[in-house]
Amino acid sequence: MITPNSPVLIDVHGLCASINGVDILKDLDLTVRRGEVHAIMGPNGSGKSTLAKVLAGHTAYAVTAGTVQFEGQDLLAMAPEARALSGVFLGFQYPIEIPGVANSQFLRLSYNTLQAQRGHEELDPLEFDDFVREKMKMLEMSPDFLDRSVNEGFSGGEKKRNEILQMALLEPRLAILDETDSGLDIDALRIVSRGVNQLITPDNAVILVTHYQRLLNHIVPDFVHVMEAGRIIKTGGKELALELEKRGYDWVSAEHEAAGRARTQEVSA
Amino acid sequence: MSTVLQQLVNKPYKHGFVTNIESEVAPKGLSEDTIRMISAKKNEPAWLLDFRLKAYQAWLLMTEPAWPNVHHPKIDFQAISYYAAPKLKPKLSSMDEVDPELLRTFEKLGVPLHERMALAGVAVDVIFDSVSVATTYKAKLAEVGIIFCSMSEAVLEHPELVKKYLGTVIPTGDNYYAALNSAVFTDGSFCFIPKGVKCPMDLSTYFRINTKESGQFERTLIVAEEGATVSYLEGCTAPAFSSNQLHAAVVELVALDNADIKYSTVQNWYAGDENGVGGIYNFVTKRGLAKGVNSRISWTQVETGSAITWKYPSVILRGDNSVGEFYSVAVTNHHQQADTGTKMIHLGKNTRSTIVSKGISAGQSSNSYRGLVKVAPTATGARNYSQCDSMLIGDKSGAHTFPYIQVRNPTAQVEHEASTSKIGEDQLFYFAQRGISAEAAVSMIINGFCKDVFQQLPMEFAVEATQLLGFKLEGAVG
Repeated sequence: MITPNSPVLIDVHGLCASINGVDILKDLDLTVRRGEVHAIMGPNGSGKSTLAKVLAGHTAYAVTAGTVQFEGQDLLAMAPEARALSGVFLGFQYPIEIPGVANSQFLRLSYNTLQAQRGHEELDPLEFDDFVREKMKMLEMSPDFLDRSVNEGFSGGEKKRNEILQMALLEPRLAILDETDSGLDIDALRIVSRGVNQLITPDNAVILVTHYQRLLNHIVPDFVHVMEAGRIIKTGGKELALELEKRGYDWVSAEHEAAGRARTQEVSA
Repeated sequence: MSTVLQQLVNKPYKHGFVTNIESEVAPKGLSEDTIRMISAKKNEPAWLLDFRLKAYQAWLLMTEPAWPNVHHPKIDFQAISYYAAPKLKPKLSSMDEVDPELLRTFEKLGVPLHERMALAGVAVDVIFDSVSVATTYKAKLAEVGIIFCSMSEAVLEHPELVKKYLGTVIPTGDNYYAALNSAVFTDGSFCFIPKGVKCPMDLSTYFRINTKESGQFERTLIVAEEGATVSYLEGCTAPAFSSNQLHAAVVELVALDNADIKYSTVQNWYAGDENGVGGIYNFVTKRGLAKGVNSRISWTQVETGSAITWKYPSVILRGDNSVGEFYSVAVTNHHQQADTGTKMIHLGKNTRSTIVSKGISAGQSSNSYRGLVKVAPTATGARNYSQCDSMLIGDKSGAHTFPYIQVRNPTAQVEHEASTSKIGEDQLFYFAQRGISAEAAVSMIINGFCKDVFQQLPMEFAVEATQLLGFKLEGAVG
């Protein structure tokens, strides 16, 4: 939802990042205000998932230039856990399995750590059990998932639901959902999307990283960005996604190149 | 190894202090005279001196085992002092007469010796260097016929019992270090649970090495008669010296018909510094004889300390339907080396054994599981289940598994499962993204990994073990 004069939540400016010496993000700009839903689309290898991980602070990536302000704070100066505690949430494309650690235990530790950070009361195991079961109903998850090890032996769809469950528990300011729709069948997509929609408020924002228009039928974006070679080359409304679905990415790329040539000609003229 | 992980592991050893106490330390060196001296100091009967001398003769003909997957310079057995004891008053009538310096030492280690402030419901025998300095709750245990005292005292007061069982599970010439121990053992705990008695509290021995160039050679013997039950705990610490000390203990357990012995160890000997200098050589022989029908012997160990650990708590399942169990967590960091495991020897019919071993290797350490499951032709219907899991932290440590299975009865069922996992950057990032620090994440992953073993430990020990692991691995992840 676009609200005039809504405060800026995150402001990414000139961001460059590399992994193992290979530049992935090249001068990327993105501004997200509270209440907005942004979709980031683009071909494989354009840097969408890298952007998600860099914003969350993955240590494998090196930020080589640029700034990221999150609610007025220098996000890049913060450790990954500090980013999480100040309200940045990453829904993982491939949630990792943690054998031996019960999901309930993991979810509670995460929830209580955030509660403590926000000066709210922590929940004991029994209170938390009631609380988390309510949230699980929304995602049509069986309570069995609480006793299983974190993501271990979960199907692709179950892992993604578990990610959205964490989003529901942690109530982030900014949720970056990295290909949450991949691996979901039609029913699971509907359930997960409904979950996400229920969590969107005028105070928070969501960045959806996706390949497919079908997710955006369920979670309607305010802005659609197209990424190519590490930067955003086109921004539009929700209609842009439909157009991409019909025409692919090549025309955006061609248009971008043409505009680039025009600019160069202007400068040289 | 990432810096996050590195920072996590490097907490100092908190038991590394030395107690300043006047001690009597025997001159270095080992000979028949040394053994006669030890025996004379303890006013031992002639049969025990014979036992020692026989062991010494056997030891002289033996060579150090070369098969363990550990490496260390050759030990100079003439450079060790075989007897070190704090100077005590001849006979202590109450705990108030124990040297206050010793009381303070053990309080600092979390083992208060005054019964009024002692660990709730745990009787403790405390061994300082070569001698037992105190045993709590003795009188209370005596009321139900339980004998719990130091080995030296048992030799003098209950010679018939000691003579009947000593060396029956681990003969004097069993192996190099057991032979050495049989020749020069100085003290240890003795525990006898008579027929039908369920020991009303956990019994415990706390071992402390204090003297720099002494070895500790203690001998523990636990006998549970028909239908008796006992849970026994063992804890160990030592000061941080830059030289290596030798700890070569022998523990024998005997369980008669329907008896049940549960033996738990939290071993935290000084492990040497981060460059591998100093630390204890922990070369220990532990074996239980499940002699009677339906008897049960269960070993649980959490091995976190020592520069080198060489230890295989075993069970000989002689009684029909007897049960042997081995639950182990072995953690190595820096340059530590561990070669540990168990032997389950099935002799009786329908005998069952369970082995659960969890090895965690961090730093540049090496961690080996070595286990033997042997089913004799007589052991009809024997069953074994073994599970060996290894976890690697960082990319410079090693985990090895050496399972030996010898089955000579076609009705036996033997299962072996093994796995290897690694705490990786991506797991830690996942936790971090949910606001959880690397320290809390590692502790959660490790505790999850060790859960099957920790739940076998008595409550206080489980808490201690959990903390110890967190402490041990602080900064090890990467």
